[in-house]
Amino acid sequence: MAIVAPVAVENLTERLQVGVPDAVVEWNNYALWVKPSSIAPVSQFLCDDPELDFKFLNSISAVDFIEYFELSYHLTSINRHHTALVKTKVFGRENLSISSVYNVWRGADFQEREIWDLMGIHFEGHPNMKRIMLWEGFPGHPLRKDYL
Amino acid sequence: MTIRTEPMTVNVGPQHPSTHGVFRLRVTFDGEEIIEVEPVFGYLHRGTEKLAEERNYVQIVTLTDRLDYVSSMINNQGYCLAVEKLLEVEAPDRGKYLRTISAELQRIASHLMGIGFFLQDLGTLGTPLMYAFRTRERILDLFEMLCGARVTVSYARPGGVVSDAPADFWPALDNFMQLFHSEISEIEQLVLENEIVLIRTRDVSILPLDMAINCSVSGPVLRASGLAWDWRKMEPYDVYDRVEFDVPVGTKGDNYDRFWVRVQEIHQSARIIEQCVAQIEPGPVRLDLPLVLHPKPGTEAYGRVEASKGELAFFLVSDGGISPYRCKIRSPSLMNLTVTEHLLVGWKLADMIVTLGSMDINLGEVDR
Repeated sequence: MAIVAPVAVENLTERLQVGVPDAVVEWNNYALWVKPSSIAPVSQFLCDDPELDFKFLNSISAVDFIEYFELSYHLTSINRHHTALVKTKVFGRENLSISSVYNVWRGADFQEREIWDLMGIHFEGHPNMKRIMLWEGFPGHPLRKDYL
Repeated sequence: MTIRTEPMTVNVGPQHPSTHGVFRLRVTFDGEEIIEVEPVFGYLHRGTEKLAEERNYVQIVTLTDRLDYVSSMINNQGYCLAVEKLLEVEAPDRGKYLRTISAELQRIASHLMGIGFFLQDLGTLGTPLMYAFRTRERILDLFEMLCGARVTVSYARPGGVVSDAPADFWPALDNFMQLFHSEISEIEQLVLENEIVLIRTRDVSILPLDMAINCSVSGPVLRASGLAWDWRKMEPYDVYDRVEFDVPVGTKGDNYDRFWVRVQEIHQSARIIEQCVAQIEPGPVRLDLPLVLHPKPGTEAYGRVEASKGELAFFLVSDGGISPYRCKIRSPSLMNLTVTEHLLVGWKLADMIVTLGSMDINLGEVDR
């Protein structure tokens, strides 16, 4: 018997549409996609809303799908014992940027730097946006599909 | 008369015995007091996530050995669970039990190393570390019986484990468990209420719970701050829902609590192993899966386990090919390092080494 279970995406979507109107793009049975421009207010709402209460950011993952990059935010609520998966699509290849969620979850610090380092997505508002694994001046972003 | 002081920046590491690997701390001191800290890492970056995109699902098991190289069994288990989630299959019971037994043995070994090096950093040169290694050595002997390797084991496979335990493994495990309790209590008697340990570690580098949660801290470091959050309980995998164990929690989140939680978890792991040995029944150990796995295109899975350092997760995305389209590794040591600055600023140089030891990071996992 699992104590922690995924929150119903339907309820999450409804709640989010009230809190941050016009943010949700689409949703299915396990995840919901939001506009990249609204990731900061959405994160703030997910963290502060007493019913959702996503105080714990498990991880941020970036996947290169060639025509777009997909960022997946895995979240957990410690008090409510539920999890959620919120995603966003960033289109393009050059000069990509998206708002940082550092001010909502400090745990985003190293992961956002890692995504900048290896995937080349710049996070606006991060206080220390520089490479983390590789050295400054390393050519390119090696986890991209067109790197090698 | 006032003495004029000026801040001085010092590099601790990357080649420093108490950074537990190739890890650098850029520390600015005012006299002996720390006023600024920046962790610098990446010296051991091997691009595991990129390498995983070039290998098939079974071959990647060998890459996971080299993440947190003192808890390879748990890494194997976490990765295999993620693949099983992706394929929507489940391992046979005996395979699950063997995975749980090996993972708990590995947790004991990893915590023993954490405790041993923590005490070493405190200045107890040699003795407790050797006591810890004496027990760890015998766990590695058991692993050698299971799979022929001691450190880079690759024992778990998608769908179970690579082979059943040999007949002489069970008496050897029994023998180990009998000796183990007296050996652990020996270490406990030496250090758990030792006055010097208490004075040096109590109330030093306190991590408040809300800070720990906001910084995505997990594992013993989170539990030491007072939250009973263990994925083995919260989202049971393998056979953790069939065994009884407690989740030890600290009260303050200081260096002593982080050390104390690890000692208590060793006892809980032993409890789990004893119950598994009593419950395990004969049967197949591995599903009959093809050697080259083809998950459905467009599927993804987030498989997580409670590793010895915290929440270890593998986020696999499949495009239908023989290797994952993307294999993201959520490493607990990297996330736990987020609080380094908070823990160290305001404390003295001598406490810095101890605090780093109490966090029990592994650079193979931080850098991947």
